[in-house]
Amino acid sequence: MNNQAVTNGIGSSRSTRRISKKPQYSRFTQQELPAWKPILTPGWVIASILAIAFLFIPIGLFSLFASKRVVEIVYRYDQDCLPEMYRGNATAYIKNSDANKTCIENITVPKRMDPPIYVYYQLDYFYQNHRRYVKSRGDKQLRSVGYEFLTKECEPEARVNKSKISSPIVPCGLIAWSLFNDTYNLTLREKVLNINKKGIAWKSDTEDKFGSQVYPKNFQLGQDMIGGGKLNEKIPLSEQEDLIVWMRTAALPTFRKLYGKINTSLEAHDIITVALQNNYNTYSFGGQKKLVLSTTGWIDGKNDFLGIAYLMVGGICLFMALNFILLYVFKPRPLGDPSYLSWNRKAAN
Amino acid sequence: MQLNNHNTHNGPASHNSRLVYINNPQRTNEEYEFTGNKITTSKYTIFSFLPKNLFIQFHRVAYVYFLVIAALNQLPPLAVFGRTVSLFPLLFVLTVTAIKDGYEDWRRHRSDRNENNKESPVFQIGKFRPKRWKDIQVGEVVKVCADEAIPCDMVLLGTSDPSGVAYIQTMNLDGESNLKTRYARQETCFMPFDGDLISGVIRCEQPNRNIYEFTATMEMNAQKMSLSQSNIILRGCQVKNTEWVVGVVVYAGQETKAMLNSAVSPSKRSKLEQQMNKETIWLSVFLFVLCLVVAIGMCLWLIRHEQQIDTLPYYRKSYSIKGKFPGKPYKYYGIPMETFFAFLSSIIVFQIMIPISLYITMELVRLGQSYFMIEDKHMYDSSTNSRFQCRSLNINEDLGQIRYVFSDKTGTLTENKMEFRKASVFGKNYCNSSMVACATQDNAEITEPAKGKNPKSDVIVDPGLMGLLHKEIDGDERIAAHEFFLTLAACNTVIPINNQTNSIETELHQDLDYQGESPDEQALVAAARAYGYILFERTSGHIALDVNGKKLRLDVLGLHEFDSVRKRMSVVIRFPDNNVKVLVKGADTSILTILRKGHDNDNITLATHHHLTEYSSLGLRTLVLAAKDLTNEELEKWQLMYEDATTSLADRSLKLRETALFVESNLRLLGATGIEDKLQEGVPETIECLRQAGVKVWVLTGDKQETAISIALSCKLLTPDMHQIIINGTSESECKTLLPEAKTEILTVDGSVALIIDGNSLVYILERDLESELFELATSCSVVLCCRVAPLQKAGIVDLIKSRTDDMTLAIGDGANDVSMIQMADVGVGICGQEGRQAVMASDFAMGQFRFLRRLLLVHGHWNYQRMGYLVLYNFYRNAVFVFMLFWYILCAAFSTTSALTDWSSVFYSVIYTSLPTIIVGILDKDLSHKTLLKYPKLYEAGHRHESYNSFLFWIMMADTIWQSLVLFCVPRFVYKESTIDIWSMGSLWTVAVVILVNIHLAMDVQRWVVYTHASIWGSVALTFACVVVLDSIPVFPNYGTIYELAKQPTYWLSILLIIVAALLPRFITKSLHRMFWASDIQIAREAEILRKKRLFYGPWKWR
Repeated sequence: MNNQAVTNGIGSSRSTRRISKKPQYSRFTQQELPAWKPILTPGWVIASILAIAFLFIPIGLFSLFASKRVVEIVYRYDQDCLPEMYRGNATAYIKNSDANKTCIENITVPKRMDPPIYVYYQLDYFYQNHRRYVKSRGDKQLRSVGYEFLTKECEPEARVNKSKISSPIVPCGLIAWSLFNDTYNLTLREKVLNINKKGIAWKSDTEDKFGSQVYPKNFQLGQDMIGGGKLNEKIPLSEQEDLIVWMRTAALPTFRKLYGKINTSLEAHDIITVALQNNYNTYSFGGQKKLVLSTTGWIDGKNDFLGIAYLMVGGICLFMALNFILLYVFKPRPLGDPSYLSWNRKAAN
Repeated sequence: MQLNNHNTHNGPASHNSRLVYINNPQRTNEEYEFTGNKITTSKYTIFSFLPKNLFIQFHRVAYVYFLVIAALNQLPPLAVFGRTVSLFPLLFVLTVTAIKDGYEDWRRHRSDRNENNKESPVFQIGKFRPKRWKDIQVGEVVKVCADEAIPCDMVLLGTSDPSGVAYIQTMNLDGESNLKTRYARQETCFMPFDGDLISGVIRCEQPNRNIYEFTATMEMNAQKMSLSQSNIILRGCQVKNTEWVVGVVVYAGQETKAMLNSAVSPSKRSKLEQQMNKETIWLSVFLFVLCLVVAIGMCLWLIRHEQQIDTLPYYRKSYSIKGKFPGKPYKYYGIPMETFFAFLSSIIVFQIMIPISLYITMELVRLGQSYFMIEDKHMYDSSTNSRFQCRSLNINEDLGQIRYVFSDKTGTLTENKMEFRKASVFGKNYCNSSMVACATQDNAEITEPAKGKNPKSDVIVDPGLMGLLHKEIDGDERIAAHEFFLTLAACNTVIPINNQTNSIETELHQDLDYQGESPDEQALVAAARAYGYILFERTSGHIALDVNGKKLRLDVLGLHEFDSVRKRMSVVIRFPDNNVKVLVKGADTSILTILRKGHDNDNITLATHHHLTEYSSLGLRTLVLAAKDLTNEELEKWQLMYEDATTSLADRSLKLRETALFVESNLRLLGATGIEDKLQEGVPETIECLRQAGVKVWVLTGDKQETAISIALSCKLLTPDMHQIIINGTSESECKTLLPEAKTEILTVDGSVALIIDGNSLVYILERDLESELFELATSCSVVLCCRVAPLQKAGIVDLIKSRTDDMTLAIGDGANDVSMIQMADVGVGICGQEGRQAVMASDFAMGQFRFLRRLLLVHGHWNYQRMGYLVLYNFYRNAVFVFMLFWYILCAAFSTTSALTDWSSVFYSVIYTSLPTIIVGILDKDLSHKTLLKYPKLYEAGHRHESYNSFLFWIMMADTIWQSLVLFCVPRFVYKESTIDIWSMGSLWTVAVVILVNIHLAMDVQRWVVYTHASIWGSVALTFACVVVLDSIPVFPNYGTIYELAKQPTYWLSILLIIVAALLPRFITKSLHRMFWASDIQIAREAEILRKKRLFYGPWKWR
């Protein structure tokens, strides 16, 4: 049959065989590659759940322990620092540039705090992750002077009209414009607690992202609306670490930002006097401001969630493993027994 | 036999016929420019490529969706992503598809160019000069030499053979490997072709697709003659065995029959995909709800903060007074518009909820699956040298859910290799019981090598019949026997081909090979040869026989071909002694009614009839032979009628039929033959296996009831203990009563019931409103056998099931008469057999043997279905979990459609980060080995129960998705509560976590880990990290440097670990419990398979 066509041809003088189309054998084409075929045997299930349990419970305990060791002082001051006469009209107070914004409060250290102690400010209900806000920045402009005029992304804080010429704002955009500008001065036993504000920003940001040749320009000139802090025009952006920290917009509406570090230790029951400048307007939208002093561990800040979650998952796994063992002991199903196949069971009934 | 699609072209009236002036292309093309011989199968030119390709691509809804989303994103208030980023997905798919299309088209261009630049000698200015194929015009005279391809459709004028015969191979056209004869008209074949002017007019029908029909007339030298299919040679064929042929071009280029036939079969949609579309609608509902929540949230938020939004540092409704547009609103259009924009922009953010990429993924996966089906060595047929073919790439997974198989009989269940088994001559039965080879005979033509080469001549000779033939010629019985074999040898269209061209000794026809269009005829001629009636020459005018050493030249006066109405064929033959006889052969019903009446005859008729029923009960195909002598008057009258009929253009076939009816009457019965149609290898096993797998096999055949039943018995479709219900209605009312009777009969019978129904009854049932009754009856029977059904009825029966149930149907056949059925069924399978390629061309899958069906359905069908079902669910999950994760975050970003992920990561997620593993798993994953699947055919029922994909699984999966997305969102949300985390760190954490999560989710479900699976899954995770690192290393992005800082913190890694374990734990536990208590058949079989192997290695196994 195979070469019938040829034998039919002229006098079978030519004997060219048709090329066989038979598939070439290889383990790949026959889908017989060596393979690992795991099956979910009860043994595997119990072993893996137990493994998770035995991994998670120590991690959970460890994290919880680390979190418990972190000492944290959170002090909300936005209401306390509001003078009596402005209680009803906080916005007027904060907008009044003549009003005295200085506010002195005392906070007590509950436990011994070892250096480095981080000083944060915390804002609540401030949507730094709002799309209008996140997008309003000029990354190229921050990096080099050459892109100073690239302010398209920065609306509505892109340019100012200076003697009828539109001139770019450096740094432009809503984020920079709304720079946080409360300041804290701490004193402990009549001695100034030095807050080190160097090195609070990421190294990658100060070195590459913010230009060392870019100086602030036309910043915060608007008289109708002042968003936040001003910048010293003599200092390049790469050294304006408060700005750099602020520009890393927060992921959640409640967030902390690093203000500085204290390198001396604080003893329990120490009373720290905070002299703060209450400049930043969170009153107009009902936001809150807090001052936070915190030590640190490998787990960063004080956060019990990770530890508790690990313990819970580990606990559930342990519980399930025990259940599986009991089930396996009391109601085992022989694996791969053909008599359990549906049609065989039907036939058996 | 062949399906005639274009009956309308049968009788071209003068107004729609084509006039071809022979050797005068100028005049031919004067009135109307006929298409030249240039062919273009390519779709595009360099200039039209871009617009045309884009136009075709945008016909797909998916791409339009991408386009709309990309366009929405360009509107300033909606710009969620950057410009380039938002266009990326669209450009990506467009480019990939365009490159694929472009490459395919370039290959077509190349082959077109090769084809168009071939050269053939064309008669120009008194001589044959070479001309390129693309320049050949209608009306020109072309010469084609031996073994050359024919450049266009031509009417033969002359050949190297003085009798005007040409042999062609039509392999490329219909796949038949045997040679066909074509004739030049006697009037033209003696014309000299050198220098002389040839002129004449051919009037032929308009170009059409029917390769089995051609009607035309030729006028030459005031002589009018008719032309038919036997006078035309078609493009794509090859000239064989003939030194040269000369012909006049009638159809060229795109209008040739070969080109008109190159249409593709209609595309089908798989059932899984249809079901999937339902769930896609649910996903759109989800999308709508999510967007609505965001929009309403935005609206409420704006109303609550309406007084503040102007001063809110993070909203800032208007430009500053010193700015560009002092005091004007900045991207703020009032609350209703902002709400609306929030809705639209959330559509952009959530766009991948509708898994458009899934359609592209599915296509790629099917391509890979097809590759493995084609390469399967178990589905290679060495006898026809054919691999499995996937002609349709849309319905691989349907193979795993087939409930009904509709099978043709001849050529599908049987081999269509006929063997002459029994003869009834003059009322006497001769069965070749003794296994005596014919080599003992005088004209021992079969030598050992020849036997091997030509199995058809392997005829076992009955000594009794042989003895009869060697008696002196006297007596009715002896004459009948003589005429019996004369009819076998003469009344056919078989062509003897002498392979030893140089041997002039016709005494020993050693190397005769019979080529014919019907295998039955070949078997009959071979049988005649074995009995000493050797057909060794055939031209259009005469045939030459060698009867026991004496040469006999018979003039063929006329030949009435077989047609489906008469069901017989006849030749009118003039013997050397001037006697004229009509020799007829045909189906029993068609001949027994036109026999001469008479007492003597009746006895023979009765005996023959008895033999016929016996033969068909043995499963043999029967033919009845008859003859009659023509008187002079009859001959003259017939000649007139025949002349008129053959030269007429209009109604030729009708006139020919009338002529045939005139001579085919008052016949003398000679006898009957029984031919065995051998069963194909492995048919009973396959049918038994399919039955166990819960697949119902119905046989639809054109054969007689008895034959059909006997074949059904021999292939174990029917078993002797089955109760048979036979419905043979001859009228509507009879059918009306038969059906309910049958139904009540079923109720009384216990055990399985077989329904046997014939085509006649089906005519009444399918046309009237009895359809539903038949449906109920047929579905309650375990086997259905339909005999004597016409091609369209086959499709009707398939439709009966298809339109009334959700069950999947598969039709399998090999002949042109199965085409309609193959196209109607959900899955059409063609057998590349002996009956041409039409069934294959119309099919979705094609293979060499019926028995491959078992492997195709039980193994590949099962795998494909499992893989595809999981693929769809997983892709839904993969996209939904991402969208929900974004959604939860938007709820804590004042509904402002912020995404914490960088633009590029959002876009890469479904295109780069997670796409490859699903494709690899969809192609390579395998739950059970083929051995297990074949061992337990019942495992196939998993597909019937929709075990891999159903609404329940979809909703479970959605619930799981929401849980996983909540874990994804909440863990970082609470771990980084009141911390310094910035939006890009959070996004980076989410990107990495979601990619690892979905990949491990997939890894949990992979059943067979090969190298490629490992590489793609872990590679994707690594690639994601790499991409994140690269994206965080570009200083102009706001996310610059994020991952470097983040990776230093243990919290980051602990969060990822927590997310993955907490998200997958419920799934893992449910899965384990399910395995323990409600293990599915597939899982048990899988355990058995793997543990058995392990036990072989590690000895007896306790528990693991």
